[in-house]
Amino acid sequence: MRKVKIKVNELSVFFNFLQALNRVSIEIYGNKVTAIIGPSGCGKTSFLRTINRMNELIIGFRKKGEVLIDNINIYNNNIDVVNLRRLVGMVFQSSNLFPKSIYENLAFAPKIHGIKDQKIIDELIEETCTKAAIWEEIKDRLEVNALTLSAGQQQRLCIARALTIQPDILLMDEPASMLDPISTAKIEELIFDLKKKYTIIVVTHNMQQAARISDFTAFFYLGQLVEYDKTTKLFTNPSNKQTEDYLTGRFG
Amino acid sequence: MKMTDIDIKSLIKNRKKTDLQTMISMFLIKFFTYSIVAVLFLILGKIVYEGSAVINRQFLTSAPQNNMTEGGIGPAIFGTLVVVFLMILFAVPVGIFAAIYMSEYAKDNVFNRILRVTVNNLAGVPSIVFGLFGLGFFVLFIGRGYDSIFGAGLFLGKPAMLWASATLAILVLPTIIVSSIEALRAVPRNQRIASLGLGASKWQTIKNVVLPQARPGILTGVILSISRGAGETAPLLFLGCAFFLPQLPVGYLDLGLFSIPMINPAEQFMYLSYHIFILATQSTNPTITMPIQYGTTMVLISIVILLNLTAVIFRYKFRQTMNEIKRV
Repeated sequence: MRKVKIKVNELSVFFNFLQALNRVSIEIYGNKVTAIIGPSGCGKTSFLRTINRMNELIIGFRKKGEVLIDNINIYNNNIDVVNLRRLVGMVFQSSNLFPKSIYENLAFAPKIHGIKDQKIIDELIEETCTKAAIWEEIKDRLEVNALTLSAGQQQRLCIARALTIQPDILLMDEPASMLDPISTAKIEELIFDLKKKYTIIVVTHNMQQAARISDFTAFFYLGQLVEYDKTTKLFTNPSNKQTEDYLTGRFG
Repeated sequence: MKMTDIDIKSLIKNRKKTDLQTMISMFLIKFFTYSIVAVLFLILGKIVYEGSAVINRQFLTSAPQNNMTEGGIGPAIFGTLVVVFLMILFAVPVGIFAAIYMSEYAKDNVFNRILRVTVNNLAGVPSIVFGLFGLGFFVLFIGRGYDSIFGAGLFLGKPAMLWASATLAILVLPTIIVSSIEALRAVPRNQRIASLGLGASKWQTIKNVVLPQARPGILTGVILSISRGAGETAPLLFLGCAFFLPQLPVGYLDLGLFSIPMINPAEQFMYLSYHIFILATQSTNPTITMPIQYGTTMVLISIVILLNLTAVIFRYKFRQTMNEIKRV
């Protein structure tokens, strides 16, 4: 039983005259982890950022085609972008915590979204931090400046912060690219746990990581979706020659 | 194969030559730098030496007496503080909101570029021109206009504290705007992205993320412009600066049963920098007033230096936060 959560039709993305994506069509399933792999500059991040309309912050962005979440086109004129980003959370490549206390970082989104009850916020923080496997490390020093944490902790805190908006979909842009193996393992474990509740799309450079954590894998090359299949199938028996070449390290 | 004609010997020769050049230029650079500092310390030293002899509590609080040759500078300190306070009230909100608009909202088109250039150029206009503008626009146009429309007699249509501070506000506005824009732009993009990614709206992002991080930078600009405003003299010549006022510009607000003392911004005022000017040039005997001039100068300079020091502290804090964010 697979439920289509995100459906992308013929999506092309341009930044000024540069085409980043070329007629991508893909169906992403709910409560699964979908990995997006491909060489640098193949449009992975651009694709990810169209799903919460983050690309619009870049001057010169244009797109063709449509992106549907639960059968609603998120690029319709009547879509509230701000609320869309509450539904589609995002974790960025490098940690971008605010230079405030750990607590303020975590309470930022709930406060902005109008939760006033201190108890609810505290519970939410504990819940998301436990999910993000960081609660034990920070629970005694919530008032410490978040930037004093180690890089791995910061990234997990970013994940926890992204979860405080209680999204449906979580986009992760190379969440472990700057981390050591231990932190990476923690984040991978975490992604595995999170899919029970969320639909997760992970962009990664690391093919072993994609193979370990994802249910489905999409291979992008030069702005095009080359192959999209179950991870086990794509990694063991790719149907496309380019995918096979990339996986075996012949290019990229 | 030889790449150049330089051999070891010629290198030695050149080195000597460069050494002499370096020595001369280094000497000149140091000489000029130290002379500037020396001049500054000479001036400051003289002022502090002469000024501290006259400054005491009575000098700071009492009014000038005996045809300005005796007494203190209380009213001038009072006037300066009130005018600067009103100036902050006018200039800071306008300046910060203008900066937010120009750095966060304004699209990069011809109109907004002209706007930016205009603001930058405004900072270079001589202050006396602002004074004349204040006289023409605030006093004659707005003040007289108000008086004739509401039949208020001669209430606002004369040079007064209100118009002096409004004019000073316009004078320092470009500095506030430019430095605030810079502080806002210094907030890294990833901080805005983080906030927007958490479903914050643009205004929430500005209010909760960008402004708090830019605050020390903005404050630096604000304080520096305040210290500029506090030391300004020329525009005030037209705007109600008084040679001597027997009373503080305080009126009594009648509330029926009782009345409360209120600073009356529609009154004339005394001002520290102007006080120095008149004591040195307009008073009956500039030589006798010398000690008072030194005392006044020291008070004015102390205020300005104190403000600048605060600005330095804020700037230091601002840089620290920015470095913290960028280090990640």
